[in-house]
Amino acid sequence: MLCCVCKEREATVHLTQIAGEHIQKVDLCEECAKEKGVNDPAAFSLADLLLGLGASQEVERASGDQESACPVCGFTHSDFKKTGRLGCPACYDHFSDGLTALLKSMHKGVRHMGKVPARFKQRKQAIDTTDRLKTLQRDLAKAIEQEKFEWAAELRDEIKALSAGQPGSEPAS
Amino acid sequence: MKRSVQDFLAPPSEVARRRGPEDQIVLSSRVRLARNLAGCPFPGTSRKDQRQGVLDTIRPAVESLPLMRDGFATAMDELSALDKTILVERHLISREHAARNVGSGLVLSKDESVCVMINEEDHLRMQALLPGFQIKQAWKIIDAVDTEIEGSLNYAFSPTLGFLTACPTNLGTAIRVSAMLHLPGLVLSDQINAIIQSVNKLGLAVRGLYGEGTEALGNIFQVSNQMTLGEAESSIIERLEKVLKQIIHHEQNARETLLERSPKTVYNHIGRAYGVLANAHSISSKETMNLLSFMRLGLELGVFPGVERAVVDELFMVTQPAHLQRLKGGGRLSGEERDVLRADMLRQQLKDVKRPAMIVPPARQDDGSDKNT
Repeated sequence: MLCCVCKEREATVHLTQIAGEHIQKVDLCEECAKEKGVNDPAAFSLADLLLGLGASQEVERASGDQESACPVCGFTHSDFKKTGRLGCPACYDHFSDGLTALLKSMHKGVRHMGKVPARFKQRKQAIDTTDRLKTLQRDLAKAIEQEKFEWAAELRDEIKALSAGQPGSEPAS
Repeated sequence: MKRSVQDFLAPPSEVARRRGPEDQIVLSSRVRLARNLAGCPFPGTSRKDQRQGVLDTIRPAVESLPLMRDGFATAMDELSALDKTILVERHLISREHAARNVGSGLVLSKDESVCVMINEEDHLRMQALLPGFQIKQAWKIIDAVDTEIEGSLNYAFSPTLGFLTACPTNLGTAIRVSAMLHLPGLVLSDQINAIIQSVNKLGLAVRGLYGEGTEALGNIFQVSNQMTLGEAESSIIERLEKVLKQIIHHEQNARETLLERSPKTVYNHIGRAYGVLANAHSISSKETMNLLSFMRLGLELGVFPGVERAVVDELFMVTQPAHLQRLKGGGRLSGEERDVLRADMLRQQLKDVKRPAMIVPPARQDDGSDKNT
């Protein structure tokens, strides 16, 4: 097995890290292991190493078994595997299933938290509200099940307030 | 006749005199945003006519910004190889963009602080570059530019994934915040690897002088964020700012400790750097960078009284290959010719710089006052 950093020397250091339900594996040669500071397990995070690697294995997994091309630009999974780049904005939709795991491995989260262009502000807000409502509804069910009525009342109020601001989705209460 | 980019750029002596906060350690701060147009394939997959179409849409939108008044705009195929390398050596464009031709473009503001690359890896890559430690200021500038052009361009944006970029590593905010740091103290005291590792652990990247995959010449390192999705720009910037402050602090400490514990090591490096730079008759660009770094350190430690730091900062710039070539009228130079020319220039520029005045201080007496300065 070849080292996944230099892809030249034989890998002699094999690392596995389990974070939540996520298993990450890296195979390194001695030199690259040293360079990446792997010899000091306390100061080492596998995720960071993978990040630097362009998460090749994640790319592999993301490429999965679908072989269909993006309907807009004709980009395929193997193109993605080869270049590590996508073909066009629509690729993010087309390849979304495989991409989520990849994005999880390289970013802090999988949801955009930053700047929103003016023309998308309303849509972004609507989507955020819908998602928040879903979470609240779930929590409400939990609260009722656990007979935590005070919490349930708070949740109900928040749901009411949120839904009121949302066009076309008046609360059914 | 159209002005050439070389005439447009400020002379190196002027650039070397641009100052910013903490610039003894932070050479420059940069914030870069990536944007793409909806419905168009990314530059890497698009045909020439598609790229040209994107360029024709974006370029006027950028050129019409008030900030770009009296700026410089060009198609990449109108630039010579020398022009492009000079832009790379000034950190105004990426190496990747320098390799582009037909269908790619560049718009640069008059003061060179804002630079927009069209059809690099993404349709639009805009950066604000400021001297010293000013990442918040750089963000403010580029955020305003972005807000201004989003009105006339239809960005590829997803409410859940943010700005869509060719490479998934840039997705979301598509922001890259970075600072160029001069860290001779941490290198000399062998602490740099530990620092790099702990910075990496925080999800930040440390790279060499010219970005990804380049060597840390002249003890210069670039620290930048790596993650772009799942976090707001402001928190990315704040985190980086915190880490940078820590690194600055460590570098200052390292310099003080070195001077206290092993002044001979420090003076040896500075003295040798001066000796070689002021007397060599042939010197490589790499050796020059590494030695200039120690001269810069010497200047900050006050061992070259009466010499402006800009002298060294200018030499960092003009001893690079393309800048040297330009001096020779742009004619092709072999590697050896360049090394000779570089040494000639260094001897000339440093001829009035006196030998470093370095006196090993007597062992410090602890007077009990524990004030930090």
